[in-house]
Amino acid sequence: MSETLPVTVIGGYLGAGKTTLLNQLLRNADGLKLAVLVNEFGALAIDEDLIEAQSDDLISIAGGCVCCSFGSDLTAALLDMGARNPRPDHVIIEASGVAMPAAIAANVGLQAGFSLAGIVVLADSETIRQQARDDYLGDTVIRQLKEADLVVQTKPSLVSSEEVQTVAAFLETTAPQAAHIVAEQGQIPRDVLLGVESRKVPVSAPHADGDYESIVFTPRQTDAVALAQTLATGGYGLVRAKGFLRDTAGKTQLIQLVGKRAEVTEFAHEMPSELVCIGLKAQLDKAGLEALFK
Amino acid sequence: MSDITIYAAKKIITMNPSRPVASHVAVRDGRILGAGTLEELATWGAHTLDERFADKVLMPGFVEGHAHTMEGSLWSKVYCGWFDRADPDGKTWDGLKSLDDVIARLKAAADKLSDDQAPVSGWQLDPIYMNNSRVSRADLDRVSESRPVGVLHASGHIMNVNTRALELAGLLKKGVNHPGIPLGDDGLPTGELRGPDAMTPVGLHVGFERNLLDADEDGLQNFAKLCVRSGTTTITDLASRMDPDTVEMMLRVTGAPGFPACIVPLRFFMGLPAAELIEEVKALKERSTERLRMGRIKVVADGSIQGFSARLRWPGYHNGAENGLWYIAPDHLAELYERALEAGLQIHTHTNGDQATQLALDKLAPALQKHPNPDHRFTLQHCQLADAAQFKQAAKLGMCVNLFANHHFYWGDEHYTLTVGPERATRMNACRTALDAGLPLAVHSDAPITPLAPLFTAWGAVTRITASGRVQGEEERITVNEALHAITLGAAYTLHMDGEIGSIETGKRADFAVLEADPTEVEPEALKDVPVWGTVQGGRIFAAADL
Repeated sequence: MSETLPVTVIGGYLGAGKTTLLNQLLRNADGLKLAVLVNEFGALAIDEDLIEAQSDDLISIAGGCVCCSFGSDLTAALLDMGARNPRPDHVIIEASGVAMPAAIAANVGLQAGFSLAGIVVLADSETIRQQARDDYLGDTVIRQLKEADLVVQTKPSLVSSEEVQTVAAFLETTAPQAAHIVAEQGQIPRDVLLGVESRKVPVSAPHADGDYESIVFTPRQTDAVALAQTLATGGYGLVRAKGFLRDTAGKTQLIQLVGKRAEVTEFAHEMPSELVCIGLKAQLDKAGLEALFK
Repeated sequence: MSDITIYAAKKIITMNPSRPVASHVAVRDGRILGAGTLEELATWGAHTLDERFADKVLMPGFVEGHAHTMEGSLWSKVYCGWFDRADPDGKTWDGLKSLDDVIARLKAAADKLSDDQAPVSGWQLDPIYMNNSRVSRADLDRVSESRPVGVLHASGHIMNVNTRALELAGLLKKGVNHPGIPLGDDGLPTGELRGPDAMTPVGLHVGFERNLLDADEDGLQNFAKLCVRSGTTTITDLASRMDPDTVEMMLRVTGAPGFPACIVPLRFFMGLPAAELIEEVKALKERSTERLRMGRIKVVADGSIQGFSARLRWPGYHNGAENGLWYIAPDHLAELYERALEAGLQIHTHTNGDQATQLALDKLAPALQKHPNPDHRFTLQHCQLADAAQFKQAAKLGMCVNLFANHHFYWGDEHYTLTVGPERATRMNACRTALDAGLPLAVHSDAPITPLAPLFTAWGAVTRITASGRVQGEEERITVNEALHAITLGAAYTLHMDGEIGSIETGKRADFAVLEADPTEVEPEALKDVPVWGTVQGGRIFAAADL
């Protein structure tokens, strides 16, 4: 289980801010080796200063990251990434503007050695409501939003603060299954976007990053599935959570949560019980969580 | 001066309106000097009179405006279709009427293989005709338990595999969560794989390579044989990814002296940003040869109607299925149209659903205002559900349509009862309405989806008969002459090639379909049964019997 390569799918229509977000991620990879898969390079302009070398279908980026165009064969590109040496720590797939991210995620699930870390769908504050009404695009962008674990509302500075709220309400209504955040210029902490990277980030270092807060708990031995469900749907304001605990049978279980979806998988090795919870400062129910883990 | 050959024929249907019928045609340097009487043609000077076609009927070589070279490649696999179908070597394979028959034919193929691990792959299975019965991995395990077995459906969108194939792909396990992979009562995949995403990872283990879209050498040779057997002398490959190796191979194979057809491959739009795609296709255009015409682009806007992935306008699918999928973002389509018009390149756009057709119309109009090009001939491919208003708009914009005229025969009943309902099924592939709107019309087979056989496609447009024997949309039938035009000059026009092929007249390439009967004299219902002797392509003679 620990060996699977986590994959995040990033979707949203053209102009939603995927390029900005990916550049931001690559710029702040901070030792994490990211592999970004895009349909075609034309759709993703990597900031020039990040590029170390470029070939037909692979761009090498400072810090050990790569960006690869997969044309129409995502499966092959994914397998290539899994076989790369050194192996990437995280794969990010940029879905094309009209692709259904859940279909891509389902394909990731078919490949041995990969695991889905979440579906992130971007929505442009300025255009998303208009797109949702468009004859051609409406049902497509709405389906994309309904498939998201995390909805990122982008470009808030281009509209009034009232409009930011109106759009936020629209997104909440359209995609009630997802966690929602607002971000300017792709500025979202990496842990929020990709999930907590247990292999790279010292899990026990709680941190506050701008609007976000992260708290670490030590769960007692408990029913892992029930706890995960409570965390996902109990209204604690979590965007992400990840960590280990002992289930009632004493086995180590890995909990991974994004938005309102949580996954529990049995872990082969014994790990110390520790769970990182991340949410927006304004929304995180710290008291509730503390009571839950008391 | 080069030699002149004058061919005598029982009848020559020229498709040249100035001289529709002739008895002789004179050929020099692979081109037509003229069609007329022997006396008229003899005025060109010394010649050889060749009477081998004295009892044959000549037509312009047929032009297939929408096919895939994959048709040639698939014949290396086991034919499992419901209908009889002729292979590149001329053998007609009986249609298989039960799953037991399918299994028996696959097993016979498996037993011939020496390696007991080697995969067995079949194609063109169509359970629609077998009461829509579901095929399971247990069924295909009866072919073999030791070797992987996979059968592709006629739609191209579903594949059935056996247990061994699932095992090799690592999918014989519980908990597989994929919309295209149904699970059985035991929690394991049933062996049915729906959609390319589900098919690809398993297909690799059953002999279906990942890139079936691009021609391989044997497939291209087989494809050419099928052209000769069907009277086709110019044919599209719609579309190809055209990676450098494929282009080199196609140049070499089509350039060989005995290669009997002109191939027109269109570059698939996916995989390159618009600006780079245009540059690549411009460069490909420069490398075109007499028998490999590159320099066109194929865009796919939506999916298929029977797969419920086509984009439909209100009221959507008759059975209430969710609307289909866009395969290109509307803004991307607009950008491609603009850039192609600016560069003087042609785009053919696959639009099955009427909303996809509308999108193409809506995006082309403003692109044309930016880059006016009165002779662009952008072509709507399939365009199956377009109504009269859309055809008129397409005509005003200077577009062409290439309709899927034999679709009714294979799936018309299904469209009537399930996908779009009676009224829209009746107007599907509305050839009459398209012609009345003034649109240049071609009709196509989309081989391998349906067999490469222009006379059969023309028959579909003339009769509109479905597999159950109903006439579906009698108002949309066209005449035999109109249908013959659609498979010659009509299709040539959609490729900007009507000045060099499509009719038998002075200056054009000496491309003939050599027929054993006169298609304008037989009953329209018998059009599909007119036997094809072979072809003449660029003045070179190809008898089907000698392939």
